[in-house]
Formats: sequence, C-alpha cells, structure tokens
Amino acid sequence: MTTTEVTWEFFEEQIERPPLTPAQVAWRRFRRHKMALVGVGLLIAIFLYVTVGAFFYSEADANRTDLSITLSPPSPDHPLGTDGTGRCILARTIYGGQISVLIGLFAVIVSVTVGVLIGAISGYYGGHIDAILMRFTEAMFNIPQLFLLILLAKFLSGKIPTFKLLGRSFSGSVIVIIGVIGLTSWMYLARIVRANFLSLKEQEFVTAARCIGSRNFSIIFEHILPNSVAPIVVAATLGVASAIINEAYVSFLGLGVQPPTATWGNMLDQAYHHLDSEPWMWFFPGMLILLTVLGINFVGDGLRDALDPRALTQTE
Amino acid sequence: MTRYIIRRLLQTIPLLLIISVILFVLANKMGDPLASFGGRRRIRSGDRERLTRKLGLDKPILVQYAIWLVGNDWMKVDIDGDGILDEYGTRKGVLRGDFGKSFMEKRPVLEIIKERVSNTLILMLTCEVVILIFSLLIGIYSALRQYSTLDYVFTAFSFIGYSMPIFWLALILMYIFAVNFKQWGLPYFPTIGMYDLAVGRTVGQITWHMVLPVATISIMSVAGYSRYVRSQMLEVISQDYIRTAYAKGLPERMVIMGHALKNAALPLVTIVGMDLPLLLSGAVVTESIFAWPGMGRLFWSAAQDTDIPVLMGILVIISALVVIFQIITDITYTFLDPRIRYD
Repeated sequence: MTTTEVTWEFFEEQIERPPLTPAQVAWRRFRRHKMALVGVGLLIAIFLYVTVGAFFYSEADANRTDLSITLSPPSPDHPLGTDGTGRCILARTIYGGQISVLIGLFAVIVSVTVGVLIGAISGYYGGHIDAILMRFTEAMFNIPQLFLLILLAKFLSGKIPTFKLLGRSFSGSVIVIIGVIGLTSWMYLARIVRANFLSLKEQEFVTAARCIGSRNFSIIFEHILPNSVAPIVVAATLGVASAIINEAYVSFLGLGVQPPTATWGNMLDQAYHHLDSEPWMWFFPGMLILLTVLGINFVGDGLRDALDPRALTQTE
Repeated sequence: MTRYIIRRLLQTIPLLLIISVILFVLANKMGDPLASFGGRRRIRSGDRERLTRKLGLDKPILVQYAIWLVGNDWMKVDIDGDGILDEYGTRKGVLRGDFGKSFMEKRPVLEIIKERVSNTLILMLTCEVVILIFSLLIGIYSALRQYSTLDYVFTAFSFIGYSMPIFWLALILMYIFAVNFKQWGLPYFPTIGMYDLAVGRTVGQITWHMVLPVATISIMSVAGYSRYVRSQMLEVISQDYIRTAYAKGLPERMVIMGHALKNAALPLVTIVGMDLPLLLSGAVVTESIFAWPGMGRLFWSAAQDTDIPVLMGILVIISALVVIFQIITDITYTFLDPRIRYD
C-alpha cells in the first residue's frame, strides 16, 4: 500500500482541476499497471500479425496444398515450415489467427448476452423466476465445462452449412464452435450480474425511476445495468482468453472447426502424431495461442484493478 | 450444523435431477449410437429397427429418461414390435444403482467405470498433493520476499503457465523430456500408458509413467494457486496479530508457520474444492494425450462411439462428486475457521 504525501500543492491542483470522470480515473489507473501495458502491446502485435500478414499471404496460400513439400522444416520459402499436405504454416497461422480471435470475441458476445440476460432477469424479478433460472444456472455450473463442450459440440456438429461472408467462405462449424463455447461459459457472469442486481435494485435511484413511471425494461437496461458494467467488462475480457483456449481444446479433440478453414486450435489437431519429427507443426500455433491469452490476461488483470469500485476513491 | 448439512443434502436432490435431465437430452441427441454398433459391418435396416427397440431408443426422450432413472422392471415392454406388451423389462434404473449396459462392450457401466476410476484417482490425488506442496512453498516465498527477483520470476511463470492450453504444455514436456532426452542418451520418461506391459503393473512403473502427466496438470494449477497463496499471505502478514507475535519474541519460522500460514491457507480449501471439476476436465485431455487408462479417456472414447449409458454414468458420477465436494468444502471450512457459522 502506498501512502500519499498530502501537500498544499496537491490540494490546489485538486481544486483547480475539474473532477475526473470514472472513465478517466480508470484510464489513469490502467496506465500505471505495467503488466497491462505489456498485455496491450502483445495484443497489438498479434493484431498486426493477423491483419498485416494477410497482405503478404493470400488465403489461397494458406489453403494451397503442395504434396512435393509436405512436412518440410522451416526454410526461407516457408519460414515456419509446412504441414502434412504441404500447406504453409506461416500463412495458416495468419488466417487461423483471424478465425481464432473472431471465435473468441463472438463466443464472449454470446456468453455475455446470455449471462447478463439471465442474471439481470433473475436478480431483478426474484421469486419463482429467480428460483428456476438459478437452479438451471447452478446445474450447468456443476457440470465440468469440458464435458459440456464435448457434448454440445457433438450435438450441434454438422447442423449448419458452409456460408459466405465478406468474400470468404466459412465452414458452418465456426458458428457451432462460437455457440458451443458461448453457451457453456455464461454461468459465472450470470451469478455476478444477479448479485449486482440484487443489491442495486433496493437503492433509491431505482425507486425514483419506478416513481416517474419507468418500465421494468428500461429500469433493467438503462438504470441498473450501467452500474454493473465494470465486473462485466472484466469478466468479458478474461472470457475471450478462455474462449480461445477452449477452442483449442475442442479442436485438439477433433470436434473443432472443420478444414480447410484454419484456426490455431485445429492446426494442433493431430499434433500428437508429429510430436517428435515435426515439432514446428504444433509449436508455432500453440505459441501464438499462449501469447494472445497471456496478453488478454494481463489486460484483464489491469482492468480489474482499474475498474475496482472499492478503490475508486483513491485516485492519485 | 446438523440441520445445515441435512438442508444442503436435500438441496442436492433437485439439483442432480436437473443436471441429469440436461445431460440426458444432450447425450441422446449427440449422434447415432447404432452407427458404430456392429463394428465395421453395416447394420441391416431390419436389425437396426430391432436394436433401436431393444435399447429403448424408439421411445420419446422423456420416457427414455424415466426408464433410465427408475428402470422398467415394473412394467411390460413390447419386444417384437407388434404393439402387444410381452414381458417385464430388465432394467432397474439409476436410482437403484443400475446404470445400464454399455452399448459397445455389452457390460454393466458401473463395472467398466470401476476399472477406470482408481487409475484416475491415483493420478488426481498425486496431482493434488504436488499442487498443494508447490503452491504453498512458492506462494509463501513470494509473499515473504515480495518484489525480489525470484518473486518476479515466479509471477512471470505463473502467468505463462496460466495462459497455456494444457495439451500444448504436455506436448512441450513430452518433446523435451521424452524425445530430446532419448536423443541425448539421458534417461527419458515414457509418454504413453500406465506401465510397461513387459514389466507389469508395479508401483515403480506407475510412478515412472506418472511423472509427465502429473507435471503437466500440476504446472497449470500451481500457476494459479501460488498467486492466490501469495496474495492471501500478504494480506495476513500485515495484520495486527502477526505484529503481536513478532513483538512477543517468537522466531520468524513460528510466526509464519504457526500464525500466518494457518489463516492464509484457509481459503485454499475452498479453491481446491471448487477447482475439482477443472482438474477432472483437464484429465480428459491429459489422459487422452498420455494414453492414461482413466475416466477421462473412457469418457472421450464413449463420446466418440455415442455410448450413451457409459457417457451418462461418467457424467452423473462426476457431477454428483462435484456437488458433494462443494458441500464437504463448505463444512470443512466451518471446522477450520470458527468465525464462520451457517445457521
């Protein structure tokens, strides 16, 4: 714990300066969190890798098979080597990265939507609705996530056809994986949001909103929800990291996104068979997952400290 | 306290029922159990119809669930599909301890699980011990020497360990300690199985085969737990009673071990209890990679074959374990920390 020297200048400065908005306070605190800045740096680097890299390698490069150069080690032509059908690993990590990151982001959107809805409705209305929803949440919470992932992935696999978006065709399994990961990771968030709603709905501003005739819908989303944004943001950030890891797990077990669409996860599928002779095949995609998840965890940690409402008063 | 325990146990009954309904619906809709029924041979459509009826897969899902739960030996079943009820069913249902027969192996599910469960327990209990010892040692050291070089090193490693997919860590460990060690002519660790078939199932063999899987699982968990112990310990050593203990002249060892550690390690009980499902999930992947013949691997192969009775057996047993462990955790906590009362 740091003790602040309270000097006259400090007070003067405080008086002259207009009060900081909560966002500014959070930003100031975030900026001082060294690890978080390292995390931001890592994420920018990964982002540049998967976007700028796309200018050097086309998606056709990533999916082009060349049986004359299968399983070749890193060389000037293919800096990260090639895989079992002669595809360039570097190009595949670039396009696979785009999909992995997209899966991470969209899976979190799904889980945040479900988690916030269930948590908010449960906390706000209470009573029977709360009892039913919370029993369901608790039940889902008590099944280890990986088992749920496997069951749901098999349950939904092959039910969505290939589709085109932004000039690229995506295997329908991308949607399945997003849904599967999103639908197995909302429980924790639902509990946080519910707890937040339980305490916030008793406060005066909610009573006031009700007195001026606000509808339940508007009280939930316009009055109470903005007050529980901080824990949601933190949980969502860390959720992206675990979604990317989960994508890798599901893919490793062979239930992930189907080829030819590459993801970091499905590049690790069958990695076991190349353990000793072709380490480049599994080392690089795994390393990229590690760096991305590490970056997100650092940022999430920084956000947690920066947005902690209990510490909001001690700014400088 | 007794009332609290009874209430908690009663609450688990509806909880487990809901869990089993969710799992049953998912497991039954995840694939065609008959697809791999006859091995490589294709099943004729007449046989398929007969099998479907025999396994009870032709009934509505809720009826199937009811039969799974309470059995069908109290009602007549139609065996030949002519619409006439012929004789009494043979299944007793989960509530009477009958988890059905495996579709693939045609043996009772409980028998199959029993063979595997000890293998998983050996692995998990060893991991749990290793995890506790190392996370306490690292956590305490980091807290007492806060901001020292080693503290930073541990912090960095724990973040990295926390951010790795577990199977990638397993691949790296295998690459270094099995593949490279073998090339360098050093003694190397085995990467598959539980024991050498030529030597047999001895304690030495199992220990030797367990090193890499245990290391993989432990590194992941120690990364998280040691950070937790560190922050708990930092909080405790700034308390008044620690200063009092120093002031009355106790040596540092006794202050740390006798006063600080006891309180700092308390929340670890909760974390360990809560993370049990995480450990079991990790086991699915770890056991698959290291070909460890445990429950995780059994689950994985059953999922591939859509062997519904085995899947349901494993899932229900594990979910029940998770729920019961939570109760045990909460109760242990009250014994360890007299400040907490549930009444």
